[in-house]
Amino acid sequence: MNAIAPIADSQARTNISRFVVPAIRCAGCISKIENGLNGKPGILSSRVNFSTKQVAISHLPEMEEDQLRREIEALGFEAQILADNPLAEEKGSTDKLIRALAVAGFGMMNIMLLSVSVWSGAAGVTRELFHWLSALIAIPVIAYSGRPFFASAAMALRYGRTNMDVPISIGILLATGLSIHETATGGAHAYFDSAVMLLFFLLAGRVLDGMMRDRAREGIGALLKQTATGAMIVDDAGNSRWVAARDLLPEMRMMVAAGESLAADGVIESGSSSFDCSLMTGESEPQPRGKGDMALAGTLNLLSPVVVRVTATGEDTSVADIARLMDQAGQRRSFYVRIADRAARYYAPAVHSLALLAFIFWMAVGAGWHQSLLISVAVLIITCPCALGLAVPAAQVVASGALLRKGVMVKDGSALERLAEVDYALFDKTGTLTLGHPVPLNLDDLSLSQKQVALALAQASRHPVSKGIRTGLLALDIEPAALDDIRELPGQGMAATWDGVHVMLGKPEISADHLSSQLTVGTESTLLQLQDEIRPDASEAIARLAELGLPASIISGDNIGSVSAVARALSLPAQAGASPQEKVEAITRLTDSGHKVLMVGDGLNDGPALAAAHVSIAPGSASDVGQQAADAVFTSTSLMPVALSITVARRTMQIVHQNFALAIGYNILAVPLALTGMVTPLIAAIAMSLSSLIVVVNALRLNGAAK
Amino acid sequence: MSGLAILIPIALLMGLCGLVFFFWAMRHDQFEDLDGAAQRILIEDEDEQP
Repeated sequence: MNAIAPIADSQARTNISRFVVPAIRCAGCISKIENGLNGKPGILSSRVNFSTKQVAISHLPEMEEDQLRREIEALGFEAQILADNPLAEEKGSTDKLIRALAVAGFGMMNIMLLSVSVWSGAAGVTRELFHWLSALIAIPVIAYSGRPFFASAAMALRYGRTNMDVPISIGILLATGLSIHETATGGAHAYFDSAVMLLFFLLAGRVLDGMMRDRAREGIGALLKQTATGAMIVDDAGNSRWVAARDLLPEMRMMVAAGESLAADGVIESGSSSFDCSLMTGESEPQPRGKGDMALAGTLNLLSPVVVRVTATGEDTSVADIARLMDQAGQRRSFYVRIADRAARYYAPAVHSLALLAFIFWMAVGAGWHQSLLISVAVLIITCPCALGLAVPAAQVVASGALLRKGVMVKDGSALERLAEVDYALFDKTGTLTLGHPVPLNLDDLSLSQKQVALALAQASRHPVSKGIRTGLLALDIEPAALDDIRELPGQGMAATWDGVHVMLGKPEISADHLSSQLTVGTESTLLQLQDEIRPDASEAIARLAELGLPASIISGDNIGSVSAVARALSLPAQAGASPQEKVEAITRLTDSGHKVLMVGDGLNDGPALAAAHVSIAPGSASDVGQQAADAVFTSTSLMPVALSITVARRTMQIVHQNFALAIGYNILAVPLALTGMVTPLIAAIAMSLSSLIVVVNALRLNGAAK
Repeated sequence: MSGLAILIPIALLMGLCGLVFFFWAMRHDQFEDLDGAAQRILIEDEDEQP
């Protein structure tokens, strides 16, 4: 899985493993992790990437990933193993664009240097020399930097379609060809500067677009939780070893500790426990399972260790079924055409016919083929969608930056375009309208010292109930008590000694309806109730959506009781007990009746629906699948970002339309000049940079859009 | 003219140097962790003194 880097070290080969450590917040964390890891046996070096909240460790092959994870956790940071980055390839494409942009920038500056001299009146031999020098720089630069456009245009033409890149490529190639001819014949005007400048601005637009995609995806990559990378396998002799998820085979027996999630489907062989299935089915209450019951991959074992006999792995698990359903559901969305390409559909033929008409007209009035060609090339250059190419990405990058500061990561520009169009919102319940994890309800029943003890005990455990208690107490600014001899009693909870008193946090003696946990200090016991709460501002967010013209409803896989409680609290219509398939069908029905549906969901069971909807948003606590299928991810506990992202998306589309209007207005002014043959390279250069600048400045107004 | 013969190659060479340096920086992941670089200056590396 991980990149094995054959470092030319003296003897040993080393492996590099990457971990996500979300808690890296300051320089102190960087040095704590790096100094803490470096020098540990088996670890050669470690490097923190602060921007992506990742740690790369190069280590000897003997070190297991799980061991390394524990090393990081021993330093006080939660860490998750990061599998192969599936987005690495796309990152490479942005790097290519940045290189092309750098080359175009270099070419533009140097050619401009020469061109300014020509425009200032250099004549005769000097002008010819400068034109030759420009050609010398421009030809390799265009050949290198123009590839992204030429390749895309060639691809479009091969399939009989046209896109923005077709007029761009034709314009650039014609301008270059004509300029070479002019240079060779000692003509007065060469358009090398215009051609390279055009490339530079257009590449800037592409780079912005790519950087926006990468930034959000890196953020989402850092959030992706590796739910189960493997399992502890026990063989008949009773020996146990760690086996990675991909190497699991049916009939193996997995030892699943409390707080661990399953890496494969299986049947419980011994032990009984409760399972958190919320990500798989949307059921908010833990499901009790005993010997002989099925336990599905991706569900979380809550109570006590169980032994599970594997029945299905990898492609055969129910998780994989959902993935297949998702693939099918996602087909519809791939037909979406981005606004820039829609504009190009009308723009390209219009521009080409205009240039052709100009050529025919000037031929007809007897200007000679050379003069006529010069004019039609000038038309192509001046109408080349320079501002148009920047209009969309510039606005979208600024808007997504503004949203990012508010904790919303939008995956790409097309998501912003689709967000602006939605007119109906569907919400999943568990983990979306609710927080998706248990929140303690009666912390006020505890005294301060009880709270401190509870926090210290809860911090030592990875059980979700403990996590809920810990989060609740940390929010109250409680300091943990100093405990001795903290130990985990399997299936019971955490126990320790506090000033000589026995303390414990764990399974209640009397069974309760709700999730609960019992805190014992000495002889005194208190029962802590936990429940999955509705997000704090859910009703405000839904009211805001209604103001924006988006009626909402709930579609959940949970039972009717829990769903109707939430539906009543938020006064929304609801459908309960929906399977992943039914969720997709509900969306298809709405789509067929003319709605553009926004799906907000988090679970694996929402994956297909997230892929089927016009656009989708997932909370940061969502499953990997949910986050990958969604177009945007919000990290806050509040639901308001959903409404906010729609407001910002609509505002962005306004700016995009304004930018289009500006770009077209500029064309209306400039084209007559070009048609009458009055455009010199100087005028083209000024017009082009000016219009691009205006479009970018207009886009910058979106900076405050997310306030 | 003779001035140009020196100045233009120098200008081009300087530009090329910048370009090559930028490519080098890209290849060596200098832009991978910009926020981290800003934070690292605050780390007190007392144990790394020679």
